[in-house]
Amino acid sequence: MAEPAPGRRPMDLDRARTTRGTVHVIPERCKECGFCVGYCPEDVLAFSADSNAKGYHYPVLASGREDACVHCGFCNLICPELAIFTTELADDAGGTTS
Amino acid sequence: MSGSAPIIASTHPNDGLLRADRFPHILCPGCGIGTVIHCYVDAMAASGLALSDHACVSGIGCSGRAAGYVNVDSYHTTHGRALPFALGIAVYKPGMRVTVISGDGDLAAIGGNHLIHAARRNVDLTVICINNFNYGMTGGQAGPTSPRGSVASTAPEGVHDRPFVLPDLVRAAGASMVSRWTVLHVRQLRDAILRGMQKRGFCFIEALSPCPTNFGRANDLGDGMAEMEVYRERCELADGTPGYDALDIDLTDHTRPILVGDFLDIERTPYQPVGEHTA
Repeated sequence: MAEPAPGRRPMDLDRARTTRGTVHVIPERCKECGFCVGYCPEDVLAFSADSNAKGYHYPVLASGREDACVHCGFCNLICPELAIFTTELADDAGGTTS
Repeated sequence: MSGSAPIIASTHPNDGLLRADRFPHILCPGCGIGTVIHCYVDAMAASGLALSDHACVSGIGCSGRAAGYVNVDSYHTTHGRALPFALGIAVYKPGMRVTVISGDGDLAAIGGNHLIHAARRNVDLTVICINNFNYGMTGGQAGPTSPRGSVASTAPEGVHDRPFVLPDLVRAAGASMVSRWTVLHVRQLRDAILRGMQKRGFCFIEALSPCPTNFGRANDLGDGMAEMEVYRERCELADGTPGYDALDIDLTDHTRPILVGDFLDIERTPYQPVGEHTA
């Protein structure tokens, strides 16, 4: 995480924990609107090389960003098809302090 | 371009709130109506009420399909008449949280009089108006919310009429709560729907949505993602309760902001013309 601007450093930054998430996708529901890929704040998602039964390229994890999901849930809520959601990883599964 | 595969799932955590066997739904790729349905079921889950305490009513049009996809008591009513049906439920079952999800054509054109009178009476409803600026299902005809200058199949030279600005209209008619968000502002939209469910009185939430198949194509806006980018670049949070001119949308003038926000939240006595029923 980037260091905050001078004077804007939260007092509990040392103790704050960044949540970690796992991405789940239902490929057959996806219609490739691109909302989740375009608006993921951590750029975790990319379009798949193969396609689902209707010919749409569903979201997969972008190379190099496999562990970057922070479980913000934006992809889940913005998906018009309810085809993607995230679950929170437990602390011992790799949760980091920033 | 592609990386490693995510975990493949077969069901979504919100499937219990939906008629998941009907998914994927009929709506086009890039359409925002599915996102509004998603925000609605998320707000429903956050409300803490049983599904039997919720009812969903919608009219005709693409947005009118919403009631068919949620796993609560739902009405798919005649064109423009979602509000009278919902009023009937709200008056007879005052404890029920009745939500109307319908489009701008259904609520503001064919059902325009029902809209202003439901707001005037302050009927205890949450109304989510999905505004995609045209009649999407029937082929992109111009409606009362089509911005001036926008091209539609019935206005090839551009719309000349002054459009309705729905938040201003229902505020003037007497609504208790008025908000406008886009389908990009999913958290604000979900929270506004939840506040509407918890509040007594006429709560109106306008959700601006891309319509890439008709409005977007006719106006060279590109796909759904491109119209979302228009919202991302031009939406500004409004301060207080803006009037007609500030809220009016001109999609061709890129210097003008599209104002979004929670414009009004006041207490007024809700409509209850008869005593409470237990049936």
